[in-house]
Amino acid sequence: MKYVDEFRDGELAKNIAAHIARETAPQTVYRLMEFCGGHTHAISRYGLADLLPANVRLIHGPGCPVCVLPVGRVDQAIRLATKLGVILCTYADTMRVPASAKLTLMRAKAAGADVRMIYSTQDALKIARDNPAREVVFLAIGFETTTPPTAVAVKQAQAEGISNFSILCNHVLTPPAMHAILTVAGGVALDGFIGPAHVSTVIGSEPYEVFARDYAKPVVIAGFEPLDVLQAILMLIRQINEGRAAVENEFTRAVTRQGNIKAQALVSEVFELRDFFEWRGLGTLPLSALKLRAEFADFNAESKFNCDYLPVQDHKACECAAILRGEKAPQQCKIFGTVCTPENPVGSCMVSSEGACAAHYSFGRFRETTI
Amino acid sequence: MCLAIPVRVEQLTPGDNAIVNLGGVKKEISLSLVEDVSVGDYVILHVGYALQKLDIDEAEQTLALFAELNAHTDIQLAGGSPA
Repeated sequence: MKYVDEFRDGELAKNIAAHIARETAPQTVYRLMEFCGGHTHAISRYGLADLLPANVRLIHGPGCPVCVLPVGRVDQAIRLATKLGVILCTYADTMRVPASAKLTLMRAKAAGADVRMIYSTQDALKIARDNPAREVVFLAIGFETTTPPTAVAVKQAQAEGISNFSILCNHVLTPPAMHAILTVAGGVALDGFIGPAHVSTVIGSEPYEVFARDYAKPVVIAGFEPLDVLQAILMLIRQINEGRAAVENEFTRAVTRQGNIKAQALVSEVFELRDFFEWRGLGTLPLSALKLRAEFADFNAESKFNCDYLPVQDHKACECAAILRGEKAPQQCKIFGTVCTPENPVGSCMVSSEGACAAHYSFGRFRETTI
Repeated sequence: MCLAIPVRVEQLTPGDNAIVNLGGVKKEISLSLVEDVSVGDYVILHVGYALQKLDIDEAEQTLALFAELNAHTDIQLAGGSPA
């Protein structure tokens, strides 16, 4: 595919890797966090870690929406589908996330609940139009990339008077999670961030400037293709070597400093900040997630169906929380790859292909194999 | 989750939509989050919506930068000094 294949060229990758090898100072350890699950996936799938010197360490971040969604949020969706008989529309990512009582949305569907996987919020609206006698709830999850499509659907539902449509809003924000990573007690030590690709197409590069200015952490925004990630690593290494901390943009083909103003305006018209939101791994963070504004309260499934969020403890043996904070690697979890596998995930990080555990399970275990 | 891919706009359709070419597959998507998109433009597609126009000049410049790194490495491997 045009503008994809060119950014996966193996020969160019070797060359960027050669520059990285030459420019790293042997006595320095470079601890770089890739915030996004999309980067985690690219790093694992294309074996980028194997192209880096041992003193360049990549630490997986919390930028996987399915991974940071606490159990209680999935429980809410399952309650709506099973107890209240709604048509529950969801992106495929959440179907297999373990919830309470050994349930998932997939198992609830198998037991008869009307759970439907959709590709786009437009599909959810169509289901609502086609089923006027049923209530249709869209499980809205995701970071800033995925929020504008939800905002479009809510506005459209209001304009068309689709009163049987509502959303279970779990949209979260990237910068507060980065703050949390840098300030959480016992958190991981970092020297720089590989900044989000598609989140940044929407919010721009400006919101990261605070991390360079106030925390002295370099941020390089990178596309999700392997050459983008390698180039961003090289740019971070250069900043660290020069003692600089700035926001740089490798993904200039889609990211500007201001981002997508039209999408931002739409999001702020429909949503406002929640006072608090509980994240898996990061705890309850202030002003880190969105809720519908009062003008759109009719589309809020939580109040419409009186379906409150009830916090639930994670599985005792699951290390997802520490992995999401960058404190532990997947292979340090006792149940990794034995009890917890992509076919039978115990924690959310083993579910999505961009989760740190699933990525390591699929592409990284060979490193621990002795022949 | 934030998966998005560059696609070429083939045809503008009513309702602020467009038919795009996803590596050979034609699909109708929404343009309601972007402005000034024309046929032939590339857009970043995410869950059925164009999120941003792809800046073709910037894409070429980034690729040229990778190739430039390549040239430097070749010179150095050949024993020369970097430009």
